[in-house]
Amino acid sequence: MSLLTLRSLRVTLRNRPILNDISLQVERGELVGLIGPNGAGKTTLLRAALGLVPSSGQSSLADLAPRERARAAAFLPQAREIAWPIAVEDVVALGRTPHAPGPDDRNAVEAALARTGLLDLRRRAATRLSGGEQARVLIARALAQEAPLLLADEPAAGLDPSHAISTMKVFRALAGEGHGLVVTLHDLGLAARHCTRLVALKDGCIVADGPPSEVLTPARMRAIFGVTAFHGEADGGPVFQPLDVTRD
Amino acid sequence: MSRVTAALAGLVVLLFLVSLSIGPAGIGPLTSLNALFLGSDGPLALVMREIRLPRALLAVLVGGGLGLSGAALQGYLRNPLAEPGLIGVSATAAFGAVLALQTGLAAAYALALPAFALAFAAAGVVLVLLLAGPRGGSVTLILAGIAVSSLAGALTALVLNLSPNPFAANEIVFWMMGSLADRSMRHVWLAAPFIAAGALPLLLARRGLDALTLGEDAAEAMGIRLGRLRLALVVGVAGIVGAATAVAGTIGFVGLVVPHVLRPLTGARPSRLLPASALGGAALVLAADIAVRVVLPGEDLKLGVVTALIGAPVFLRLILMTRAEGAP
Repeated sequence: MSLLTLRSLRVTLRNRPILNDISLQVERGELVGLIGPNGAGKTTLLRAALGLVPSSGQSSLADLAPRERARAAAFLPQAREIAWPIAVEDVVALGRTPHAPGPDDRNAVEAALARTGLLDLRRRAATRLSGGEQARVLIARALAQEAPLLLADEPAAGLDPSHAISTMKVFRALAGEGHGLVVTLHDLGLAARHCTRLVALKDGCIVADGPPSEVLTPARMRAIFGVTAFHGEADGGPVFQPLDVTRD
Repeated sequence: MSRVTAALAGLVVLLFLVSLSIGPAGIGPLTSLNALFLGSDGPLALVMREIRLPRALLAVLVGGGLGLSGAALQGYLRNPLAEPGLIGVSATAAFGAVLALQTGLAAAYALALPAFALAFAAAGVVLVLLLAGPRGGSVTLILAGIAVSSLAGALTALVLNLSPNPFAANEIVFWMMGSLADRSMRHVWLAAPFIAAGALPLLLARRGLDALTLGEDAAEAMGIRLGRLRLALVVGVAGIVGAATAVAGTIGFVGLVVPHVLRPLTGARPSRLLPASALGGAALVLAADIAVRVVLPGEDLKLGVVTALIGAPVFLRLILMTRAEGAP
């Protein structure tokens, strides 16, 4: 059974169409990179899929009751908000909110802390950490939710190269364990190397959907982003680097 | 129960007993407590049951309610500067009380004043909810609260402005400073159900307030119904603040300072801060009401003045500490 099914999803905000006729299906084992220029509608797509913005069409998640939905899908918003100086492990434990309290909570929190390399920081106040560390704390929170599907908005933004790669590897490992993930990304290099599938969004429409090698073609990069790019192979994986802006 | 809540509970019990032992009658603490709990129908037992007991009970109810609602509002708005007056209900309750004083109804019927205040608090909360709209956002709630507060404040000023009777105006000004003097058990029975009914939804909203630490989108995606949370919060705070204002006048700074002081001691988590703040608020108002009677026994020192005098320096110190930590 699919983890997420969108059928003809449309979002209109203030009489402006943001998403147009989006149909998408995400299966277990997939790490889907959602790419596209600023303002293409990536964030709105994730929020509409969860039912956080009013939409027409159908989303299998938005149809669920709130707590049921929270057990089916975890969401990592782009805004990294931690309002109070709460200890890291307590922030991560917030991911257990949709679950009935029980012995699983502790294991889920420990596993999430270990996976994100935060065991040493567990008792620190999350607000006193650096921006990148806070981002990892919030990723750990989403992991502790232990939902089959994870929707993450710009999880790699602001992370140093080592933590950006580690994060993508954690996501890929989760996909290998049978989770499904949809991750918006601006770093096309990370997208090329780690995602199993890329979905490109432009002006609220899906313009490409397939394995990274099929989506990241020179013609598509020019059409979607207006850039030229180098696409090669190194260390047993694809390398993708945008090079210059095309003005046509 | 954590060590902090246990210590605060002990402090509340201690201050409650001290509050019962203080009064112009000048009876020793043991004698008076003995008269309260074991005494027959003598004059001393009457003084204890009809004068001192309601005063101490109201201090616990009002202080606990204000501390709890301050912590809940700060958690909901994710802002340490939020205080219970923010949603406009204390201003509309005060306006109702002022009308009762001005029209002379308060003098004719003892409970006209709190009844008016409660009715206007209810009207205020309905107005705020209508203005804030059906979706669960917090910004519209703040704006609606400010609008209703300003309107009620302006109407209160208008009543004072047009008051033909300087004695009524004087009475209004003194009432607005807040006090627990000369209250009866009837005031307790009037306020207690509203404060208890208001505290319940706030305490039940603790998990939602914890989740809101990560923002509205994250909380909603974790299964929290934001619209329902906001309704619980507004109704809860309104019940508490409306009833507290009705029986005690406006008592500022308790709902602002108490959560702020206790936040570092409770790991900053709203769910743990809420009960601790309720106890802390009760302790602060009990202490302030003791100070009112001990510091200037001859004068009619007002409770709201004392809480502001205690609260403002504490708040200033917190600002300096925050600055020293290098916060932006």
